[in-house]
Amino acid sequence: MSIKREPFVRISKRDGMARWKSWLIRLIAVVVSLMINAIIIYAISGLNPLLVYKEMFEGVFGTTRRMWAWIRDMMLLLCIAVGLAPAFKMRFWNIGAEGQILVGGIGAAACMIYLGSAGLPNWLLLVIMAAASLIAGAIWGMIPAVFKAQWNTNETLFTLMMNYIAIQLTSFFIPIWEHPAGSNTVGTINSVSKAGWFSPMFGQMYGLNVLIVVLLTIAMYIYLKYSKHGYEIGVVGESENTARYAAINVKKVVIRSMTLSGAICGLAGFLAVAGADHTISTDTSGGRGFIAIIVAWLAKFNTLVMVLIAAMIVFLDKGAIAIASKFQLSNDVSNILTGVILFFILGSEFFINYKLKFGFVHKEEKAK
Amino acid sequence: MTQFISLFTTAVSFGTVIMFGAMGEILTEKSGQLNLGVPGIMYLGGIAGLIGAFLYELNNPAANGTVGMLIALGCALAAAALGGLIYAFLTITLRANQNVTGLTLTIFGSGLANFFGGSLNKMAGGVGQISVALTSRVFCKTLTITEPLGAVHKLFFNFGYMTYLAIALAILLSWVLNRTSVGLNLRAVGENPATADAAGINVTKYKYLSTCAGAAISGLGGLYYVMDYINGTWANDGNIEALGWLAVALVIFATWKPLRAVWGAYLFGALCWLYNFIPGLNRSSQEIFKMLPYAVTIIVLITVSLRHKREDQPPQSLGLAYFREER
Repeated sequence: MSIKREPFVRISKRDGMARWKSWLIRLIAVVVSLMINAIIIYAISGLNPLLVYKEMFEGVFGTTRRMWAWIRDMMLLLCIAVGLAPAFKMRFWNIGAEGQILVGGIGAAACMIYLGSAGLPNWLLLVIMAAASLIAGAIWGMIPAVFKAQWNTNETLFTLMMNYIAIQLTSFFIPIWEHPAGSNTVGTINSVSKAGWFSPMFGQMYGLNVLIVVLLTIAMYIYLKYSKHGYEIGVVGESENTARYAAINVKKVVIRSMTLSGAICGLAGFLAVAGADHTISTDTSGGRGFIAIIVAWLAKFNTLVMVLIAAMIVFLDKGAIAIASKFQLSNDVSNILTGVILFFILGSEFFINYKLKFGFVHKEEKAK
Repeated sequence: MTQFISLFTTAVSFGTVIMFGAMGEILTEKSGQLNLGVPGIMYLGGIAGLIGAFLYELNNPAANGTVGMLIALGCALAAAALGGLIYAFLTITLRANQNVTGLTLTIFGSGLANFFGGSLNKMAGGVGQISVALTSRVFCKTLTITEPLGAVHKLFFNFGYMTYLAIALAILLSWVLNRTSVGLNLRAVGENPATADAAGINVTKYKYLSTCAGAAISGLGGLYYVMDYINGTWANDGNIEALGWLAVALVIFATWKPLRAVWGAYLFGALCWLYNFIPGLNRSSQEIFKMLPYAVTIIVLITVSLRHKREDQPPQSLGLAYFREER
């Protein structure tokens, strides 16, 4: 073989990397992407990017109210990402969180509307709503899983389609629950009686949201890491053949984990309806189901790392919306900035997993 | 009859948008790349075409519609291919996960397009609605000599040129994929890249080219939507995103065959608008009808996996990164 045919850059897989090193690489990626974003901001608005970033910070953390809005949205995103964790660890591509949130939201909203005036104590109503959301989400997640387990139907595409069925289902209920008539929105449900609303906890409006999601995050961490189920999920994700050889019932694991995944995403719908919006619309999921996929993936299914990533993404989103209104830009800026940062983080994974070697192979090295 | 003509024409023009999107995605997926960034790419194509035409019409008092059309076409192709290149670089060279990268591209593309679309609307001032009437008219131009044919004209000749371009492209794509060695190599890459590599096929090159070319074709869907379907305007209503996902659905429905995507696209168009032609529906039950294209896609997906026919299966390595040194 002639020297000319040798590639200049050679790539090989790394055996592993010190944790601090891999986080350093990710940090560098974020910093570089922030610089690119600064250039983009300057190019489209002519504003000083540093000033813009400062505004962003103030827009998110400036007042207690804003900070709680940030926490609320972060918890919602985290809940969905935690729900996706078991599916993704199993290498089951659940792209259907969007739909599972919506059906969960429909379940919660239906209970709020039909049981709101039944005189139930609020805690009981909330429990019923949560159960309805869990069941709705579980069913939505279970359908593609059954087909995947039985006939190996492509789950990425199946769950994606289920999103749209759920969106149309939501649109179906909106005219039925419309209030006031002709508005084509459901409006604030039980705005007077506040039945089915989260009541403030620890003196905080969104205390209960935080409590539920934090407990869920920890529970999922333990479930995936220390339980037998979690171990089975891991084995199925690594290799189905190994799992079969180890006498793990792959079909059962797939269906069980996906049902769990759907149920938790459904619960996120409950949080959105009862704990934040007090209404239901096709925006209840608002693309969070897709963003949560990215969160879950970047965190490598570690639910504790998801907290960090969810915090960052929601910060970016809220911050970009804040600067958008301050400098009269459009809210869509947030999607551009988020997109760029995610591109860089995704790309940085390569340098964590692979080693690059520059230069041509020397003769003596070849002889070895 | 008028009802039928009306449904038919709606279905065809609506279907053309998703046909472009699906065709590009078929080409991309044939190389094993599952690009979920189609909606974002369609956004990029649409907004780039619009910006190109807008700036041209703004800066040239004696603007010529045909030149504007060519500029819009060039901008759309370039921007969409660039979007595809970002995706290709991340997934092929850097081996990032395809699903996640695609979704990010959708977020990025829709953000970029809606941002600039909103700004253009502001720049256009006054009415608050941008319009590139001159260029759009060329896109919408229909044959006039067939007008005396009446219904036949309305059914088959009353569309802008891109409607026919889409069909021509489908035939061309089908021929390339099934009848040429390039197509054979491409399919080999998508089925089993390691085998293709061993046979001396440059896997990276094929993946890059098919992803970028596929993205460019998908971008035309956005351009058609902006220029023909909504007559050279812009609306921040998220329609292109919904259409983009329909295009992804259509790829499955067509079982990765370009010719099946042609009638599939029109069928999707008809299913999407069917509710307009069914009497006695209220606002609520309409929405159930809009589920049809997705429900049909799920049924096709299930049937394909049940029947296990070899020629209907997705490319075997779809969604997986290829690394020569692995194993």
